[in-house]
Amino acid sequence: MSEYGIILQFLSWTLIAGGTFFVVIGAIGTLRFPDFWPRLHAASITESGGVILLLAGLCLHAGWTLVMLKLIFIGVFLLITGPTSTHAIANAALVSGLRPKSQSVAPNKADDESS
Amino acid sequence: MIFALAGFGILLAMVLVLIRLIKGPTLYDRVLAVNSFGTHTVLLIGVVGFWNGRPDFLDIALLYALINFVGTIAVLKFFRYRAIGDVMWTPPEKDKDA
Repeated sequence: MSEYGIILQFLSWTLIAGGTFFVVIGAIGTLRFPDFWPRLHAASITESGGVILLLAGLCLHAGWTLVMLKLIFIGVFLLITGPTSTHAIANAALVSGLRPKSQSVAPNKADDESS
Repeated sequence: MIFALAGFGILLAMVLVLIRLIKGPTLYDRVLAVNSFGTHTVLLIGVVGFWNGRPDFLDIALLYALINFVGTIAVLKFFRYRAIGDVMWTPPEKDKDA
């Protein structure tokens, strides 16, 4: 454990706990939401919230070392590919005809033809 | 100590996502679950690396994040065009295969 102030340790611990909280919440949402589209939203909670907080907490714990640079690389990469892969999945599902069950959104023209 | 909490939290999240992977009615639920499981693995590698005091596992985590993304896109492309490599034909305008 590199020597650093108690405040820094407290901060890193809260960030890591927060990150874990977001990861678990996202996973619970992915499991329990009724339809595919809300699950997509829940899964992206872990992709964004969980990753940012958890990696920030690890960065604080690591201090100004090469490890922090690697963590930043991982964080930047995950924040770029997370939404991209979520978009790819959503696009593939939409194109293949998977529509939101609740149709709470106004059914647009495309729906009339396909359904 | 906090790393233990984070590690077990991420493991719990992985189990939940695995249940979604098995239960997932549509194909895209499963792709979503696998993608989410990959992200959890990246975080778990990072946390456990720090837990054992050997943070040089982060290279593996970064590599895993790269490959997880490519894998998700490959699966989606396969089910979209029925082929990964040589996509010769353009899909019909309103294809119905789920």
